[in-house]
Amino acid sequence: MLNTVFIIILGSIMLVAAFLAVYIKNLVSSVIAAGIISLLASLIYLLLAAPDVAMTEAAIGSGLTTVVFLLALKNIKQKEEDTDD
Amino acid sequence: MNLVMTLGFLLVIIGLWAMLTQKNLIKIIIGFSIIDTGVHLIIVSIGYIKGRTAPILDASVSVADAANKIVDPIPSALVLTAIVIGLAVTALMLTFVIKLYQKNKSLSIDDYQELKW
Amino acid sequence: MIKQVLSLVAIVLLAALIFAPMLINTPLHTSLTPLANYYATQGADDLGAPNLVTAIVVTYRGLDTLGEVTVLFIATAGIGFLMGKKKKLITPKRPASELLQNGASFLLPIIILFGVYIFMHGHLTPGGGFQGGVVIASGILFMMLINQDWSHNVFLFLESFSGFFYVTIGALGIVLAGGFLDNRILPLGTFGTIFSAGAIPLIYSLIGLKVGTELVGILHAMRGEE
Repeated sequence: MLNTVFIIILGSIMLVAAFLAVYIKNLVSSVIAAGIISLLASLIYLLLAAPDVAMTEAAIGSGLTTVVFLLALKNIKQKEEDTDD
Repeated sequence: MNLVMTLGFLLVIIGLWAMLTQKNLIKIIIGFSIIDTGVHLIIVSIGYIKGRTAPILDASVSVADAANKIVDPIPSALVLTAIVIGLAVTALMLTFVIKLYQKNKSLSIDDYQELKW
Repeated sequence: MIKQVLSLVAIVLLAALIFAPMLINTPLHTSLTPLANYYATQGADDLGAPNLVTAIVVTYRGLDTLGEVTVLFIATAGIGFLMGKKKKLITPKRPASELLQNGASFLLPIIILFGVYIFMHGHLTPGGGFQGGVVIASGILFMMLINQDWSHNVFLFLESFSGFFYVTIGALGIVLAGGFLDNRILPLGTFGTIFSAGAIPLIYSLIGLKVGTELVGILHAMRGEE
């Protein structure tokens, strides 16, 4: 039963983070919220007895995906500054 | 009632809603990655069997009665590859967005109407 | 406004016609499917790998993994092609802080060692080539944060090297064992030790190097350019 309670708590935080990721105006905050969804998903994989998937999701879903999004935002911001000159 | 599968479907719905209604290209890609997470949760939840442990044979799970003690390893193996592909596809889409921004100086989908009918 | 209503209708239809029936009709499993049952009972004797997920990824569904690595390669090539060759690497407004520099140069060897540990023990513990490769890529990300100009050629070489030997070992399986990507070209060894499970540690290490270097390629291509 403890698993069920954990899944309900993690799931409700994930749904809130998903809404924030969609509706926050600031793009950086929205990317971070999407990273939180992946991080909590990796905890749920652990509860579902899939440690391999949990490791992959924690490293890729919340780590590298966030980095790739932030690099893209940095690229876009740079192009924006180039036009102002 | 499968709790994790419900959560996966809700995430797919939220991601789809974001992809259909948001104007910002980055927000659309974030919606795509939310759908990705939801689909992975659904697939892993199909393989789960209540009260069993991870598919690794060691001191606590002997080879002889592994079939009664472990969860289904196949969905885990499929999701493992799907997650890596998801990152590659997301990065490719973001590269397209960077290129589009370089060309038209806009992130709004309303400014790209070449395929509109 | 009309677009939002249409989207809402589409999503409600999708949820009512596809998601809800799936949710109600998918049974909660109480026993393994026949295929999973075969892997659980015969996997240890067949391949000698305690981690069944690794056994499936590397050997039973090895062709699937080869295709996955190919898709990753094509995506990386596409990103590199679209972003183009760097004319000049971006010069940061100010150099990285001393804390970041010292911390990164202290942590970098440890992170890479951890990544290598993960993919060497992929057949014994959770983890393997994909996870180890990503850990190595995040170590290299540290290097990118502190040192703005490093040679990318060594990663290109490692990528071609690991891809070539992955396919070569797979082809050796046709000659020496039962088929493409068969792990029994090397002796199975003692169950549960690091030098066991035939070629699985070797193949998974090569996959780890390949995935890691390709992700470094993605990060390298997406860095800013002037």
